[in-house]
Amino acid sequence: MANSPFTAGVVAGRLPPETLQENFSDIHPPFDAHEAAVAADRCYFCFDAPCMAACPTAIDIPMFIRQIQTGLPEAAARTIFEQNILGGMCARVCPTETLCEEACVRNEAEGQPVEIGRLQRYATDALMERGEHPFTRAAPTGRRVAVVGAGPAGLACAHRLAMHGHEVVIYDARPKAGGLNEYGIAAYKAPGGFASAEVEWLLKIGGITIENGKALGRDFTLEELRADFDAVFLAIGLAGVNALGLEGEERDNVLNAVDFIAELRQASDLASLPIGRDVVVIGGGMTAIDAAVQARLLGALNVTLVYRRGREKMAASVHEQELAAARGVHIITNARPVAVHGNGAVREVEFEYTVEEDGALKGTGETFRLAADQVFKAIGQRLEGVPEGLEISGGKIAVDAAGRTSLEGVWAGGDCASGGDDLTVTAVAEGRDAAEDIHAALS
Amino acid sequence: MANLATEFVGIKSPNPFWLASAPPTDKEYNVRRAFEAGWGGVVWKTLGEDGPPVVNVNGPRYGAVWGADRRLLGLNNIELITDRPLEVNLREIKAVKRDWPDRAMVVSLMVPCEEEAWKRILPLVEETGADGVELNFGCPHGMAERGMGSAVGQVPEYIEMVTRWCKANTRMPVIVKLTPNITDIRYPARAARKGGADAVSLINTINSITAVDLDTFSPEPSIDGKGTHGGYCGPAVKPIALNMVAEIARDPATAGLPISAIGGITTWRDAAEFLSMGAGTVQVCTAVMTYGFKIVEEMIEGLSLWMDEKGYASIDDFRGRAVPNVIDWQHLNLNYVTKARINPDLCIKCGRCYAACEDTSHQAISMSEDRVFEVKDEECVACNLCVNVCPVEGCITMERLAPGEVDPRTGQVVPAEPADWTVHPNNPAARAAE
Ligand SMILES: Cc1cc2nc3c(=O)[nH]c(=O)nc-3n(C[C@H](O)[C@H](O)[C@H](O)COP(=O)(O)OP(=O)(O)OC[C@H]3O[C@@H](n4cnc5c(N)ncnc54)[C@H](O)[C@@H]3O)c2cc1C
Ligand SMILES: Cc1cc2nc3c(=O)[nH]c(=O)nc-3n(C[C@H](O)[C@H](O)[C@H](O)COP(=O)(O)O)c2cc1C
Ligand code: SF4
Ligand code: SF4
Ligand code: SF4
Repeated sequence: MANSPFTAGVVAGRLPPETLQENFSDIHPPFDAHEAAVAADRCYFCFDAPCMAACPTAIDIPMFIRQIQTGLPEAAARTIFEQNILGGMCARVCPTETLCEEACVRNEAEGQPVEIGRLQRYATDALMERGEHPFTRAAPTGRRVAVVGAGPAGLACAHRLAMHGHEVVIYDARPKAGGLNEYGIAAYKAPGGFASAEVEWLLKIGGITIENGKALGRDFTLEELRADFDAVFLAIGLAGVNALGLEGEERDNVLNAVDFIAELRQASDLASLPIGRDVVVIGGGMTAIDAAVQARLLGALNVTLVYRRGREKMAASVHEQELAAARGVHIITNARPVAVHGNGAVREVEFEYTVEEDGALKGTGETFRLAADQVFKAIGQRLEGVPEGLEISGGKIAVDAAGRTSLEGVWAGGDCASGGDDLTVTAVAEGRDAAEDIHAALS
Repeated sequence: MANLATEFVGIKSPNPFWLASAPPTDKEYNVRRAFEAGWGGVVWKTLGEDGPPVVNVNGPRYGAVWGADRRLLGLNNIELITDRPLEVNLREIKAVKRDWPDRAMVVSLMVPCEEEAWKRILPLVEETGADGVELNFGCPHGMAERGMGSAVGQVPEYIEMVTRWCKANTRMPVIVKLTPNITDIRYPARAARKGGADAVSLINTINSITAVDLDTFSPEPSIDGKGTHGGYCGPAVKPIALNMVAEIARDPATAGLPISAIGGITTWRDAAEFLSMGAGTVQVCTAVMTYGFKIVEEMIEGLSLWMDEKGYASIDDFRGRAVPNVIDWQHLNLNYVTKARINPDLCIKCGRCYAACEDTSHQAISMSEDRVFEVKDEECVACNLCVNVCPVEGCITMERLAPGEVDPRTGQVVPAEPADWTVHPNNPAARAAE
């Protein structure tokens, strides 16, 4: 093989295909039946369980774990899906260390929570592998709801509406459904085409049509939807990407991390994906971590993640940071980019050290340069393409607790809507709850 | 180091750990290896009459109950007595005893309920140089249907009769092994003593079915879709065995009758408990069938360490110490008043104590918004359920109210003098006596 991690520039095939395959396989392999039994046995079946309160979709965790204990993972899956129809994906991508598992009383007891996420995966896999859909649709109501965006929020909303007998059409700008499950989540978290298989399984409820390649604002307007449907749910996520606003930002090989990840997720052959030798990632969230780790896994020699504030301010959890460190990502904090140097393509990124005083970030004046033949920007996504007339709050579509927007008959949820963390599981919760409110409004 | 040497009905062994009559003692190969591993003695697998040996099933003969991590909690078997020829067993017993004179060699026997049968076999056993015999009146399956084993053990008159026959026909000590499949264990023990038994051993296995296969509806273990009750043993039966040993130890009619304790003994701790309950030796079966002979090292080490720590030079120094503390319910001190106390530093806030007390007991635990759990003394009856369900050892304790304090539940001052049910005002018998 010609290329290796040492090859200069941005090239494909730095690692042999076997290594790539291994690197991008399941980060947490599934439990087998015995492992699941042992893990499940650790659950105390807490009263008014703290883990359940920490789950944004309020899955009855002690109950589903008990069902695993009694040898019925399929029943456990049903308990999960009743609250969270994307329980399969959430089992893989939830930062459990800051959600249910952080709240588990076993942390207090011995610093080792019940492995709720992996147990959830064990249960949901068991049912989904049978190809069965656990719910049946209520009798058709004749009501029609438009959902814009086929990410977790849109899918969860559509599914719950369909369960109640409404007819749903989902419009999505992308060629495939799934939203960031399909285009954003790190490849090793949900390998094997799980995202699309999950969408297919979810649609078995019936009554949902997905129209891909249809963008709100380009192919249709909100007014048309409001006229044609009984209700509209907006779940368009955050389609825009924040720019650095730097000199040299337009140079070649300075890319949005989300675009790199989307390309990676859609690549049919990882060995054909070009990656730099010296990669610099700018940002401190999950996207930055995922881009950095996946760059390393593709064979980049030096991957440096640079975050402008202190480590404790990083949006990525400690667990995620450790994961990155273990994969050989070098993390630099308290440094902000000031210029992108190069000649056509990027060669170096210049940073300035920072200090934070009373919450305000200040440059120290001291700078350094990092060699870079590829730069991934991951300093946040933002709302884009919001139709006129919707009230915006904090850069997001303003909604109340039930997901209602300022416009009559229009609901919104997920990353595009105000409130909640930008997580798959919160998107599911908001989609589901909006569906219940829409259902109540239509009944 | 503590002296573990034991003399039981005249039979000496370097330690009190014997292997119970079962597969581990069914042949020379096993028993030699057991002695090499350090076992103090064995009760050879039960011998039957001369003639064609019994046959065992050819499908599975064991069933089990497991914990989540496949820890074996209970074992069940439908095995019969030895299925090897009498003459082979006798020859092997003799050879092993010759090479291991310091170890206890007891031979278990089960022959039909006729004096002639016992008269025939006892001299053959004597001839091997064995130290004693154990009469298997306990086997609950297969043999009972043929009028042996627990079919004898469940009828005290038969026990007495067969014991007497044996005592009349051998100079060897006779140990009578009792079946737990009976309402009151004291009756067969008394019968054994009346018949002249030197000792009793107990328990044999408990009638049981471990599970039903929900696809085939066959009991487990399943032989061609059918099953039969088998004998239950292992850790799960220990509390039952411990009580039965205690009952015999404290029964005036059998007080002082030597006991070889059997049933669920798995660690040195179990053994020490049985010894303190009056046993002279302990016998182990399931634990070695699960882990092999080597566990005796842990048992010997553990027992001597504990004895050293407590300052007991020999087993007799603590043997039977628990017996006087086993009393009848009506003599328990009703003026001993305790309350549950939750240690907030140890509490992990699982809420199990709350669920247990609130749903099923006395509504004596309060739960605050931020999951602080506290006992309401005015409701707590000190049942101990919260202690038992709490996952953190030592987190909930039972604290005694000192005499003179007021029990907030009853409003009564706790008296200094003990008082039991026999003198309680609610007891009609106590009133009648006034
Ligand atoms: C790189 C990355 C990694 C992440 N990793 C994790 C993780 O490990 N765990 C976790 O919990 N969360 C993770 N997240 C966050 C999580 O993916 C999101 O919170 C979640 O997907 C939000 O769901 P959503 O349905 O609101 O939006 P999205 O998933 O973004 O879906 C929005 C959909 O709307 C469509 N759309 C957008 N505009 C239009 C339009 N005008 N017309 C029609 N359709 C439109 C898009 O094509 C898309 O399909 C990650 C995010 C990123 C970017
Ligand atoms: C497979 C098996 C076979 C047994 N066979 C006999 C036997 O032949 N004679 C006998 O007296 N007891 C027999 N027992 C009972 C044991 O000696 C012992 O009393 C019982 O298992 C309880 O001890 P444990 O809990 O240590 O196993 C047998 C037990 C098992 C498990
Ligand atoms: S907090 Fe932990 S132990 Fe308690 S119910 Fe949840 S998973 Fe089980
Ligand atoms: S001892 Fe019994 S009554 Fe008292 S708090 Fe505990 S469970 Fe409740
Ligand atoms: S059972 Fe024990 S650990 Fe759990 S809440 Fe009660 S006292 Fe605390």
